[in-house]
Amino acid sequence: MAQLSLDRMSKSFAATDRAAVDGVSLTVREGGFLALLGPSGCGKTTVLRMIAGFEQPTGGAIRLGSRVLADGDVSVAPEHRNMAMVFQSYALWPHMSVADNVGYPLKVRKIATEERRRRVASALSAVRLEPYAGRRPADLSGGQRQRVALARCLVTDPDVVLLDEPLANLDRHLRQEMEETFREFHQRSGATMVYVTHDQAEAMALATDVAVMSEGKVLQLATPQEIYARPEGRQVGMLIGQGSVIKLPSPAGDTRALTEDMMGTLLRTMGEEPVADVLVRPQDVEIADGGVAARVISALFEGERYAVKLSLPDGQMLRAFSRLPVRIGETVPVLVRAGWRL
Amino acid sequence: MKRFRSSANGQPGWLFPFVIAAIMVLSVLPLGRLAATGIVSAFSGGGRGVLTDPGLWQPVYNTVATSFFGMIAAVLLGGGFALLLTLFDIRHKRLLGFLFMLPTMIPPQVTALSWISMMGPSSTVLKAIGMAPPLGSPQPLYSISGIAFLFGVQNAALVFLSLRAGLLALPRDAVEAARLAGASSFQVLKDIILPLSLPGFAAGAAIAFVSCVGNFGIPAILGIPASIYTLPTLIYAKFAAFDAGTFADISVLSALIGILSVLGLLVESRVLRGRDYRVIGLSGQIAVFRLGRWRVCAEVLLWLTIIVILVLPLTALVASSLAPAYGVPLTPASATLHAYQEILFRQAVTQTAFVNSIGLSMTTAIGLLLVSVLMGYFLVRGGSRYAGLISALADIPYALPGVVLAVAFILLFAAPLPVVGISIYGTIWIILLAYLSSFLAVSLKPVTSAFRQVDSSLEEAARLAGAGFFRRMTDIMVPLVAPAAGASVILVFLIACNELTVSALLWSAGTQTLGVAIYNLDDSGSFNLASALSVLVVIMVIAMMLLLEAMAKRLPKGVVPWHS
Repeated sequence: MAQLSLDRMSKSFAATDRAAVDGVSLTVREGGFLALLGPSGCGKTTVLRMIAGFEQPTGGAIRLGSRVLADGDVSVAPEHRNMAMVFQSYALWPHMSVADNVGYPLKVRKIATEERRRRVASALSAVRLEPYAGRRPADLSGGQRQRVALARCLVTDPDVVLLDEPLANLDRHLRQEMEETFREFHQRSGATMVYVTHDQAEAMALATDVAVMSEGKVLQLATPQEIYARPEGRQVGMLIGQGSVIKLPSPAGDTRALTEDMMGTLLRTMGEEPVADVLVRPQDVEIADGGVAARVISALFEGERYAVKLSLPDGQMLRAFSRLPVRIGETVPVLVRAGWRL
Repeated sequence: MKRFRSSANGQPGWLFPFVIAAIMVLSVLPLGRLAATGIVSAFSGGGRGVLTDPGLWQPVYNTVATSFFGMIAAVLLGGGFALLLTLFDIRHKRLLGFLFMLPTMIPPQVTALSWISMMGPSSTVLKAIGMAPPLGSPQPLYSISGIAFLFGVQNAALVFLSLRAGLLALPRDAVEAARLAGASSFQVLKDIILPLSLPGFAAGAAIAFVSCVGNFGIPAILGIPASIYTLPTLIYAKFAAFDAGTFADISVLSALIGILSVLGLLVESRVLRGRDYRVIGLSGQIAVFRLGRWRVCAEVLLWLTIIVILVLPLTALVASSLAPAYGVPLTPASATLHAYQEILFRQAVTQTAFVNSIGLSMTTAIGLLLVSVLMGYFLVRGGSRYAGLISALADIPYALPGVVLAVAFILLFAAPLPVVGISIYGTIWIILLAYLSSFLAVSLKPVTSAFRQVDSSLEEAARLAGAGFFRRMTDIMVPLVAPAAGASVILVFLIACNELTVSALLWSAGTQTLGVAIYNLDDSGSFNLASALSVLVVIMVIAMMLLLEAMAKRLPKGVVPWHS
């Protein structure tokens, strides 16, 4: 196993002029779990398909350790990349039994029958599907199919495992269970994993690194904690978490992490130039005396709390959580405990 | 260093050249040769002789008249059947539909023979019930109207299928909306369903017309004895009396057939012009209207039609095959299997025909399976910008009347092959090539639609598993398209086995097919032998249709022609 690196990789399709992927550079350390996060159409699946070798980059290079997988001249065929993939549709072969599906990569590699049987059994036991070895994929539930697809990845010790929105077709309950399975799978196999998703909660929960993509570009690559605490730019700030981005006067000295006092000052001088984008997380907004006056636009009861939308004096919108009920139209004082200048 | 250059789609480098070579040999070269000869003879005046010959315009008139009235008959029969079976609560719909399809799948010369045995002075059936016209009175089917009527019977199923497909695509909510708007069942039928089913009617009528124009078997058996020639039988006659100008003449005549076919299709598109009938909304099971006490009447009518167009003629055919000699009344005492023994065990000609037809059909079906698996894969997965053109080129030979295609192959292979210097003209190979060309579309369509149903990730998963092109094809793709591929083999075999038109022009001594053998037996007056051979062919047709029917559930939509 080795480090997977993408170097200024681009892809444009003949049908459209627009670059689907535009100069993406990424490094996934050995054994890392990278989530490619972004809205649909941002190019994350194309990046994944280029890593797999289904698409050829129109520019840049892909390397695995010292081995060049693709650049302007060379492109190693997917069948020679020693990678494995979990598809959104699972891509199980309907005419083969579960055991045959899992064992197929070994069969292609001409592994002896006895050895093959042993490895299939161990892969199936890792995803707790041993009793289903003789079934057809059609007889399994969605989650079970997903686990078969995972076992098929496990079986060959691939250098890189690619996952293309693997949880998109599952219901919420199964998603949590499968997330656990993926985490376990990653720990057990130690494989480098690249995971494509549009669900930030999934990306945060699973990955060691998250790359946020938009319009073919990587906006930020960092650990989930880092991305959440210190997002770069307005787009990442809006994508990650449920924070509101508001325009406030530029804080002095280009400070990025803003304290309660600084936020209070900025909120009171609202409207002064020059302005900066400031990200405010709802859990940092408190309805308490001494704050700026804001009007309640909506309040949704979520069980443990109310999710409140507030309108600041200049009309900008701020999200907040409140433990006490508030009335729509009511004006409440608001304290902002922290902010992050984007 | 350019290794694995084509690896992004993972197809071997020879796939594109293979597809191009196949489409050249099976479509472009024969059609191009035909077009070239037609154009050359039109400009050099070689065809002027035939065009100014007054003997030509009578066959043109006959062709148009029989085809037009045949189309009307097909629309009345097939349209009525489709409307009743699709829209109303008739019982045994599937059985009725299956039986209604049979006349189309039975070879036209067999249809003609069975109707001859049913009607006319020497009808075994009419004799048995004492209603035969007196000897010497004319056979009523040896006429323009007789040919047109049988054209209608033969092609009614084409209208039926086309209209039924259109009716099944009608959105149920359009009918329900009309109902809620206060329309009665009859008004819904008149104001919503019939207008929306016009495209199906028009398309079915056009297909039926084109099919009539190219039909050879029926006018050959009904027309030639009465000297009523249509264009296909005229080509056949010209070819039988071969002389120096024949090639020029027949290329001009087949161009005329081509023009008539195109005219038929143009009329269809004109009928539909300015009407955008793409249906919006959920299409699904169409609302079925209740007939109430009229249901029994409708069912009696449908079954009577089946009896008249299918059961009676086939019974007559069987009766003729069991009669000891042509015209002898059939009684339980006089019935004999002599004719079957004759064709199966004594006559070398029919034995050869069996061997030829079955051999040709099997080779065609298996050969086309190989071609269509690779071509279908290329069309669906190749991502080639020529895919549309290639699939259109693959469709043309099947859409062309068989006579025209046969003429194209004659022109292409009349001279010895370049380089090797061998002539395949007059051998069985030219028939095989013409079959491959003519039935390519029959084989390709089911396979292509099966490939379209296979999600591309299934193949991608196999690639990541490490499987190369052949490995993926044999382990993943072929098993997944196997049901459709199997159906395409049976369909091609079925159609090729019954084929007459192409082989009628291409056969020579020792290479006759079953279709040719039936025609020749009838032509030489061995009516009971021709009937017996026809009965065997019909049994074969029904057996294979039942096989397809049994497979239908496992096949993609549209593979079995009579399922929609």
